[in-house]
Amino acid sequence: MIGLVYKRCLIEQARREETSLNFPIFLGLAALLLGGATAPARAEAAPDALQLRSWAAACFNCHGPGGHAEKGNESLAGKDAEEMFRKLMDYKSGRKPATLMHQLSKGYTDEQLKAIVGWFAAQKP
Amino acid sequence: MSGGKTMDRRRFSKIVSGASAASVLGLAGCASGGGGGGAKVVVVGGGYGGATAAKYLREWSDGRIDVTLVEPNEAFVSCPLSNLVLGGSRQMADITTPYANLARRHGVKLVRDTATAIDAQARRLRLASGTELPYDRLILSPGIDFMWDQLPGMAKPGAREQVLHAWKAGPQTLALRRQLEAMPDGGVFAIAIPLAPYRCPPGPYERACQVAHYFSQAKPKSKVLILDANEDVTSKGPLFKKAWADRYAGIVEYRPRHTTVDVDAASRTLRFDFNDPVKADVLNVLPPMRAGAIAVQSGLATANGRWCEVDWLTLESVAQPGIHVLGDSVQIAPAMPKSGHMANQHGKTCAAAVIALLEGRPPNPMPLYNNTCYSFVSPDEAVHVASVHAYDAGQKTMLPVHGAGGLSVAASELEGRYGFAWARNIWADTLG
Repeated sequence: MIGLVYKRCLIEQARREETSLNFPIFLGLAALLLGGATAPARAEAAPDALQLRSWAAACFNCHGPGGHAEKGNESLAGKDAEEMFRKLMDYKSGRKPATLMHQLSKGYTDEQLKAIVGWFAAQKP
Repeated sequence: MSGGKTMDRRRFSKIVSGASAASVLGLAGCASGGGGGGAKVVVVGGGYGGATAAKYLREWSDGRIDVTLVEPNEAFVSCPLSNLVLGGSRQMADITTPYANLARRHGVKLVRDTATAIDAQARRLRLASGTELPYDRLILSPGIDFMWDQLPGMAKPGAREQVLHAWKAGPQTLALRRQLEAMPDGGVFAIAIPLAPYRCPPGPYERACQVAHYFSQAKPKSKVLILDANEDVTSKGPLFKKAWADRYAGIVEYRPRHTTVDVDAASRTLRFDFNDPVKADVLNVLPPMRAGAIAVQSGLATANGRWCEVDWLTLESVAQPGIHVLGDSVQIAPAMPKSGHMANQHGKTCAAAVIALLEGRPPNPMPLYNNTCYSFVSPDEAVHVASVHAYDAGQKTMLPVHGAGGLSVAASELEGRYGFAWARNIWADTLG
């Protein structure tokens, strides 16, 4: 049993070391993309499923858990991705007036917004 | 990445020692056939940070993690909106939510008790009742505590029953409301604000608005005196000043650079470092604050002995691997407020990271979340401040995203409706 656990640990450790090598490069890239508010469209590494869920979860505070909103705010779960994306882009550009979504949408790249609305669109309404 | 190596080494030796290898590896899918026990995570504090972490640890691990939430209070009472109870337009019931759904819907084990000590080596949390809870990872979300030693007069018998803070929503909220109701018309309500950072930057100014509104309706000859240790209003300044000038002219007076250094509860007098003492009919003193006692006692308050520094990828303490700290106890990142909304974001970030760490995966390399904070300037009109925060790998902290966020143009009923909707939704997210 101990031998098995030990072996497992070696595998885990190796995996971590591998991860820690890749990590700074990936983070550096992310920071570059993030900082580049004026950068043109670029190849942004698509977030993995769990990262995307965490990004989407930051919207639950106002739009309800899983995007199922309580009274007074808009539910996002199962809504059309293109429509949500267009709306966010309109907020971001100032074409659509808002109380605060124009301010929050500017904090995300277009790619991030597209990925996040895709997550909500895939949820059961 | 910070602390990653240390943690790996620690986990490595821990697993080799075999102390609770089965429980940790059980989650990684390597347990022997039985597969009963998942990893154990104990969460201390059922506020916006801790309750959210507990819920999402269960939900996002598909119930594989055994989660215990330690909270002394019977129900969650929201600090956001509690100023409306002081103003009389809302009741305690409106800001109170039971914890039952965390247990019933999500399988969180609720323990009504207070954490008193941590044995980080043995990975055990001791409670006031004497019970000890073992854990693989510990999450502390103990909120704030008050630095009473900064106000010597508050140590006198009865002082803390007479001069209230009402900065932890609950019995003091109601007690301060009763003091306001008992105050004769023509009286003065004085609120003393400590130097930032403190819990909820705009909260004291919102409170001034709510009390002023109550006075304007019920006691029009009365005054609200704001005595602020800071140079200026610390949040939503122009919006609050406009409310005081337009709506509460002759009621609210704002005095910056007034650092309260002592309180005489018997004579209801505030003493300052430079300015003349102020006597009022109802005193509301917000003492200087620091991380919750369990975090400070456990040596986690590495920033000036007041706040807990964390790795922003995982909310893990920089001082003690295996222990995470959330919410108001944390040494904040640049431009990050000590707010319930932010604590909820910490809770979800931490829950996802803890699951990843227990499964042997790296955590999300770029947390990205927002803050939205509404303040009510009357019973139904609100203003907001919003911001977006993203992880900066170079500085290893969360930074506000340039060009995003901002303030309301003006107070409105529409924003008031959104403010109440925000509360319903974040309560559902945290406790539903």
